Amino acid sequence: MPSNQVAQEAVGDYKAGWHDPENSSIRFDFGLSEQVVREISAIKEEPQWMTDIRVKAFHHFMERPMPTWGSTELLNSIKFDEICYFLRSGEGTEDDWDDVPEAIRNTFDKLGIPEAEQKWLSGVTAQYESEAVYHSIREDLEKQGVIFLDMDSGLREHEDIVKKYFCSIIPYQDNKFSALNTAVWSGGSFIYVPKGVHVEMPVQAYFRINAKNMGQFERTLIIADEGSSIHYVEGCTAPTYSTDSLHSAVVELIAMPGAYIRYTTIQNWSNNVYNLVTKRGIAHENSTIEWVDGNIGSKLTMKYPAVILKGEGSHAEVISVAYAGEGMHQDAGAKVHHLASNTTSKILSKSITKNGGRGSYRGLVSVSKKAENCKVNVVCDALILDEQSQSDTYPTMEIKNPSCRCEHEASVSKVSDDQLFYLMSRGHSEDEALAMIVNGFFEPFVRELPMEYAVELNQLMALEMEGSIG
Amino acid sequence: MGHGESDIEALLEIRNLHAGIDDIQILKGIDLSIAPGEIHAIMGRNGSGKTTAANIIMGHPDFEVEEGEVLLSGDNLLELEPWERAREGVFLSFQYPQAVPGLQVGNFLRKSVASIRGEEAAKGADFRRELNEAMDTLDIPRSFLSRYVNDGFSGGEKKRFEILQLLLLKPKLAILDETDSGLDIDGIKTVAAGINAAVRGTDSAALIITHYSRILEHVQPDKIHVLIGGQIVATGGPELAMKLEERGYEWLDSKAEAEGIA
Repeated sequence: MPSNQVAQEAVGDYKAGWHDPENSSIRFDFGLSEQVVREISAIKEEPQWMTDIRVKAFHHFMERPMPTWGSTELLNSIKFDEICYFLRSGEGTEDDWDDVPEAIRNTFDKLGIPEAEQKWLSGVTAQYESEAVYHSIREDLEKQGVIFLDMDSGLREHEDIVKKYFCSIIPYQDNKFSALNTAVWSGGSFIYVPKGVHVEMPVQAYFRINAKNMGQFERTLIIADEGSSIHYVEGCTAPTYSTDSLHSAVVELIAMPGAYIRYTTIQNWSNNVYNLVTKRGIAHENSTIEWVDGNIGSKLTMKYPAVILKGEGSHAEVISVAYAGEGMHQDAGAKVHHLASNTTSKILSKSITKNGGRGSYRGLVSVSKKAENCKVNVVCDALILDEQSQSDTYPTMEIKNPSCRCEHEASVSKVSDDQLFYLMSRGHSEDEALAMIVNGFFEPFVRELPMEYAVELNQLMALEMEGSIG
Repeated sequence: MGHGESDIEALLEIRNLHAGIDDIQILKGIDLSIAPGEIHAIMGRNGSGKTTAANIIMGHPDFEVEEGEVLLSGDNLLELEPWERAREGVFLSFQYPQAVPGLQVGNFLRKSVASIRGEEAAKGADFRRELNEAMDTLDIPRSFLSRYVNDGFSGGEKKRFEILQLLLLKPKLAILDETDSGLDIDGIKTVAAGINAAVRGTDSAALIITHYSRILEHVQPDKIHVLIGGQIVATGGPELAMKLEERGYEWLDSKAEAEGIA
C-alpha cells in the first residue's frame, strides 16, 4: 500500500513507527492543572482517598524541582503544557480481541500480540494511550485465585489490596516523576498471585502510544504472596512524530517470603518519547526479585530499577541492556539496598552506543550496618561503535558492613577492524559481522529472555546495525 | 588424466604483487602459482611479508595493493570484498584468531557454513554428522560448541578451531598463517591431519605459511617458497625445508643481498 510506503520512509528503520488515525471518545486539552487531575479521578469514579493522593501528588510535582543530574538539558526541554494527560480510545476493556475497535486491534495484530498470547502467554493486557483496551487471563490461573487486571479495574474490584500497597514502595514524594505519575496515572497492571501458586508461563502487558504529544502514565502493582512465582513481561512502542511524547510509569513489586518475581521489559519507544520511569520492588525473606530491562528506543530514558532487600536471605538481580543511537540518551542502571543479612545481589549492565548516541550507567548499591555476610556483584560493559558516541559510568557503593563480599568490574570496548575482518573472512558481510559482535555482546541479556523475545531482539539489533560502517 | 602441469589452470595465480600498509611497501613483486590439489609452503622469518601476503589474498581492508594481480581460477580476487572471496572459496586460518564474546561456536559454524556453502549444507542430520566427524578428527570435545568464539581459548584450542572451520567450510584455497606456531608435537600432528583431510584427494589447494619445517614433515608440501624482504628468493621441493632446517636462512640472505632485496 502506498500509504505504508510513505510511512516507512518517514520512520526509517524503526518498524513500529506507524500511527493510526486518532479516534478518541474522551480527549483532554493539553496541559496539567489540579482540575485535570480531579477530572481524571472523576471519570474513573475513584474513591476519595485516591483523588486526595492524586491532588497531593500533583502539588508535589509542581513544587519539586527538576533533577539536576542525568540529561538536564533534555529534561528541561520537556513541555509539560503541550502534553495530553488523558485520552480514552476504546469503549472499555474487552476480553475478546473481536470486540476491540478495528484500528486498534490491527495495531496489536501488527505487533504480534494476539499471536503470542495464543502460543505462550498466561495472560495479556494491551494498553492503548491511557487505558487498557484488551485484557485476558487463562481460566486455570483465575481458578487458582490469580488476579491479573488492568490497574483501573484492580482499584475498582480490589480496593483494599490496592489501598494497602499503592505508594507503599514508591511514595509520590520519591521523585518528580513518581509524583507526576501518581497525580495522573491511568492503566497499567494489577497482579496478585496467591500463596504457593506458580504462574508457569509469562503474563504480558503491551503499551502503545498512538496520539501525538501524548502522555502515558501507567501504574503497575504486583504482589507475589508467600512461595509463589510470576514472570511479567512488558513491551512498548510508539509512532515516530516530530514532536515529543512522555511516558512516565511507576511500578511497585512486593515479593512476600519465598516468592519469586521476574519483571522483563523490552522498551522500544520511538526516538521522540521521553521515558522517565520509577521501578522498585521490596523483597521479603528468601524471596527473589529480578529486573530484566532492555532499553532499545526513546529520546531520553532515565530508569534505575531498584530492589530493597528487606528480608534475610533475599536476592536481587538487575540485568539490563541499553542501545543509544542517533539522538538518543539512555541513562539507565540499577539500585539495590541490602537491609538484611545474607542478602545477595547481581547487577549486569551492558550498553551500546552508535551515531552520536549516549549511554550512561548509573548505579547505587548500599549495604546497611546491620546486614551481615552480604554479597554484591556489579558488572558494567560498554561497547562504543564510533568516535561520535559516548559512554559514561557512575557507580556508587555505600558499604557500611565490613563482612560484605563486593565485586565490581567495568569495561569499555570498541569493535576492532581485525574482529570484523575475522568474521568477514567466514563469509559474513560487514553488517552481518557487526550484528554478530553486537548480538554477542548482548547475549548474556538475551539468554534471560523467553525465546520469542530473544529472536525479536536479535533481529532488532541486526536492523539497527545495517549500514552503520563505512 | 595425463595432463602436464602446465595444462592445468592455476587455482591461485599471483603476478608481480606489490603491496603494503600505511605507505610502507612490504611485498615487492611476488609471483606464485598453485594448481588444484597442491600444497605449497611459504617460509620466512618474522617481518618477511608472509602474513601480509595472507591478508592481501583474503582482502584485509588495511592493506593496499599497489601493483599486480591475484587470480582465483582466473577471476580477479582483488575486486572482491573479503566475504565475497570467502564465498568464492578462499579461507584463511588466522595466526591470531579474534575472540567474539557471546557468539557461540556452534551457532557461528552453522551460520558460516550457510553463508559459504549455502543454507542447505548447514541443515539437518547431514550437517551434524559432518560436524561430529570433523570434531573427532581434531580431538575437539562436543562441549566446545557452546563456548564463545575464541573467547578464553588456549593457543592450541584456537588453532584447532581454525582447522575445524577449514574442514567444514571446504574452501578451494586454504591459507594457513602460522597455524603450527605455539603447538606441541601432538597438536601439530592433529592440525596436519586436518589439513591433509581438507586437501589431499580433492581439487582444493593449500598455502602454508610458517617459520619452521616441523609441520611440513606431516603435510608434505609439493613446493616450498622462501620469502625474504618481500620477495621469493628460492623455490624448491621438500628438500628445501630440510636445508633451511639445517642451515637457517643466512645462506639465502647473501643471495637476497646480491639481488638487492634485503
